[in-house]
Amino acid sequence: MARMKFICDAERCIECNGCVTACKAENNVPWGVNRRRVVTLNDGVAGEKSISVACMHCSDAPCMAVCPVDCFYRTDEGVVLHDKDVCIGCGYCSYACPFGAPQFPTNGEFGLRGKMDKCTFCAGGPEANGSDAENAKYGRNRLSEGKLPACAEMCSTKALLGGDGDVVADIFRTRVLNRGKGSEVWGWGTAYGKPVQTSMAAPAEVKK
Amino acid sequence: MPGRTLAIAVLFGAAALAGCGEKPQVLDAKAKTPDAEPWAASASNPYYASGWKGGDKAAWEAQIRTRNQGQNDYAR
Repeated sequence: MARMKFICDAERCIECNGCVTACKAENNVPWGVNRRRVVTLNDGVAGEKSISVACMHCSDAPCMAVCPVDCFYRTDEGVVLHDKDVCIGCGYCSYACPFGAPQFPTNGEFGLRGKMDKCTFCAGGPEANGSDAENAKYGRNRLSEGKLPACAEMCSTKALLGGDGDVVADIFRTRVLNRGKGSEVWGWGTAYGKPVQTSMAAPAEVKK
Repeated sequence: MPGRTLAIAVLFGAAALAGCGEKPQVLDAKAKTPDAEPWAASASNPYYASGWKGGDKAAWEAQIRTRNQGQNDYAR
């Protein structure tokens, strides 16, 4: 089974915020809550880089670990979701998440119930697929319609990729190779540094 | 008479102490609603991707693979 993941190509993102708009429109997200947002580094400086950020649907999600009422669950597709009927809106998950994905709405359709809100990978919630109840609480369930998240599918520069983690990683790796780059921008060395090059001279022969 | 008074006192005391009992606070594992599989057919969803109907896991996975590759501009 696929493990659903997002990845954003900083070389392609043009900070158009189309993904943010698509997410808000598709899921009826109220003002004040952004399930997805675009972060720009060195904004206004030549060479600035933007990246679209939302819930990364972690394999070992800290929001799941800290939730006092255990309202989070992971689907077989690796999508991290939460049950708003169980959520008490304490906000612990918001503090635990390194991406600021779970947010506490204060008004609008979701906020009236005092529940945390987060990206669902357009997979809805525990209610029946495509039901009105699911749509009202969590937004659209595109995954059950045979579609991928709206933010990724409508990205005009295809900077934001969403879907099976293996597939989106392969797509991104192909791009990197086509740019004439290699493991220096993609791989273990980028994340953890290159190994120290030591002299590997042949050992001296032992004289008998 | 003293026996009756004692019995009433015991009953009253037992009733009063009942309020000091503690309800179990263990989280009920069934509290969360089980989620349906994404390929499960819903009653009437007019938004299914064209060429695909709910209820078929293999078809759903093929549909998702196709959509995935739709993001790959080197494969077009």
